[in-house]
Amino acid sequence: MVDKIVIENLCIDYGGVHALKNVNLCVKEHEILGVIGPANSGKTSFLRALNRLNDLDISSRLSGSIRLNGKEINREMDVEEVRKKVTMVFALPIPLPMSIFDNVAYGPRRHGIRDRKQLAEIVEKSLKEAFLWDEVKDRLASSGMKLSGGQQQRLCIARTLAVEPEVILYDEPCSGLDPISTAKVEDAMRELKSRYTQILVTNNVKQAARVGDRVAFFLMGELVEIGEAHQLFTSPKDQRTNDYLTGRFG
Amino acid sequence: MRKFRETIIEKTILLNGFACILFVVLIFVFLAKDGLALFKTFAIQDFLFGQMWSPLAEPPQFGILPLFLGSVIVTLGATVIAVPLGMACAIFIGEIAPRWMREILKAGVELLAAIPSIVIGFIGMTMLGPVVKQIFHLPTGLTALTGSIALAFMAVPTIVSIMEDAISSVPRIYKEGSLALGATHWQTIYRVIIPAASSGIVAAVMLGIGRVIGETMAVMMLTGNASVMPQTILAPVRTMTATIAAEMGETVRGSEHYFALFALGLVLFLITFLINLVADAALHRKRK
Amino acid sequence: MKIRAKPHFSVSTQTQQKIAFTLLGIASSLVVVPVIVIFAILIQKGWPAINWQFLTTMPRMGMRAGGIFPAIMGTLYLVGGTIVVALPLGVLAAIYLVEYARRNFLTRMIEVAIVNLAGVPSVVYGLFGMGLFVIYLKMGVSIVAGALTLAIMILPVIITSTKEALQSVPRSFREASLALGVSKWQTIRYVVLPNALPGILTGTILGISRAAGETAPILFTVAAFYLPRLPKSIFDQCMALPYHLYVLSTQVPNVKPALQYGTALVLVGMVFLLNLVAILVRSHIRSRKQW
Repeated sequence: MVDKIVIENLCIDYGGVHALKNVNLCVKEHEILGVIGPANSGKTSFLRALNRLNDLDISSRLSGSIRLNGKEINREMDVEEVRKKVTMVFALPIPLPMSIFDNVAYGPRRHGIRDRKQLAEIVEKSLKEAFLWDEVKDRLASSGMKLSGGQQQRLCIARTLAVEPEVILYDEPCSGLDPISTAKVEDAMRELKSRYTQILVTNNVKQAARVGDRVAFFLMGELVEIGEAHQLFTSPKDQRTNDYLTGRFG
Repeated sequence: MRKFRETIIEKTILLNGFACILFVVLIFVFLAKDGLALFKTFAIQDFLFGQMWSPLAEPPQFGILPLFLGSVIVTLGATVIAVPLGMACAIFIGEIAPRWMREILKAGVELLAAIPSIVIGFIGMTMLGPVVKQIFHLPTGLTALTGSIALAFMAVPTIVSIMEDAISSVPRIYKEGSLALGATHWQTIYRVIIPAASSGIVAAVMLGIGRVIGETMAVMMLTGNASVMPQTILAPVRTMTATIAAEMGETVRGSEHYFALFALGLVLFLITFLINLVADAALHRKRK
Repeated sequence: MKIRAKPHFSVSTQTQQKIAFTLLGIASSLVVVPVIVIFAILIQKGWPAINWQFLTTMPRMGMRAGGIFPAIMGTLYLVGGTIVVALPLGVLAAIYLVEYARRNFLTRMIEVAIVNLAGVPSVVYGLFGMGLFVIYLKMGVSIVAGALTLAIMILPVIITSTKEALQSVPRSFREASLALGVSKWQTIRYVVLPNALPGILTGTILGISRAAGETAPILFTVAAFYLPRLPKSIFDQCMALPYHLYVLSTQVPNVKPALQYGTALVLVGMVFLLNLVAILVRSHIRSRKQW
């Protein structure tokens, strides 16, 4: 498989506090990379660096390189171009205070699509891909905020799909959801595998095992280990990974 | 193309932010330009310390001391009335009043703030003046005291709203800690909450004073406008603001009198500038 | 901090509290009761004067008779002009401060400037407006000059309330939009501003009501003593309600009190109506808020 994202010597600090130290890794096209680790291990900073959301924090400093399709995202690409290709689904569902339709159509509209028919097609396709279409097709005009938590999160996934990204980042997307909603979100992720590269940050080791092709383990800002999911979970190479997985800390 | 348009928009936004600084500078420049022109012909110490303001005398006198003291006496009077009232009201709204009463009081305070100063002046003239005249057996009801009372009511809303913010931003745990030790609610209010909110309270008082000292129409209608050195609070006085408002219409553009009024405006501007800086510093310290 | 807890003391602290709370309650009513009294007096004495003719005809006989039509229209013109200038200026400045400004010296200077603009006495605005707009920019005593002066005066009101409204839009909304590759300006335009709109509206209305009621800033910039016609253009003078009330109550002898009270009631009615709308809009947003 082709390397989609290549990360070299990535360091991030916030006003002198190191969040990430010398991270090197590749993300392959169309894989689901699970990222696990205890709180403050740097996994969210890692994720936010990938679509340059850490630009918003003026105290953050970044060094090293992140290449998407061979292009350095901080130096060779526009921030909007990066975020359009690498989109993010947040920990808590954030439907915008507008209708379901408008939520999904929000991205395409901002990127210049005005044609109603075309928008309707994009909305339908995205909602179907996020496994939400059947539940909401009769009430597209009602507020996105009236949906249940799990539906809201799938709406957010649909919204990111609508801008036709290449990579989707998930920041603990199921942390606020019940098991059934979680299962639906995971189903959606598996279904999306064929067309998108996905990176899933999660506190839930089992979730990483369920959906991840490969898994990376972060600890105190360092990438400790990365490997095929079954290998990492059954025979971790690093003692710290083993300790974490067996519940010694974290 | 879109990129270009957005750059233009963002630059415009930036300019608007700076416009605020520009306006303050412009105000200062335009007051100073004409105000300082006075001192080419009139000695600055006679302006600041002269005891007579008499533009029509021969030679004209532009001593602002009586006007300054007029402003001070009216402001002091208003502060003495408004601060306790405002503070009591803020504490009552923030800590004691039940919900429904709080809503009514807040609406009342907001409406008080909305009454134009000209209307306060008008009602003061027709209602308050005669009462003051009768109570103190004065030849006229238009005195510093009358102005102070009316201005106090104009300052109260400012004081209440800022103080209430300060009081409500005192962390709950302070209050709960004190109550848990067995202190009564009232003891908690004056031993814990008021000290904790003190810098906000200072800011409230300063801004209240700033509001009073800059008030124009109501004082002009209520204080009797006698430009003499004030002796008591029961005598007519004339404030700096009222002097500008009353005399500007009669001056010849470019005359000494005209420049003197701008100089007076400059003094007022500097005074309120200082007061606001102090108040802002107090509020800022609180936030840190 | 000493807190006495002995039983015989606790009775007296309870009584203390009762006395203190009663005094506070009385003081609070002292603040609110005058509002009601002022209202009552204005309505009682002003209402009889108000009729269709009063509102829609020109003043006659040196303002001792007739209506206040030009004063009402003048105030409307002024308020309209003020808002056209102050609204975009204030909203854009607030957007800069909330969305773009970094925490640095310059930003701090802007904030200090706004605080000071809010504190400048209204009569000083009048002087400034005369110096800059009427004389230096040669606009003459005119509606433009008055509206510009009033606009700068209410700028802090609009900026402050817009800032609050923008800050109340959750950060997560901005991030959700930015994460889709939507540019910063578009995020502000399509996510932040629509959700801040009611708050901005409230501030704007309060600013308008302030502008409508002020007298000192228009004294030397626009107000006409007695001009029984409508202004011909924005470079014309006009009458205005607050100044008209001032003139009626201090400058013209032998005016019927009903005429004065009627004018005052119309002015206060206008201003209160605006405030009422602002209060309603605000409570409406609070009840409808979805996040």
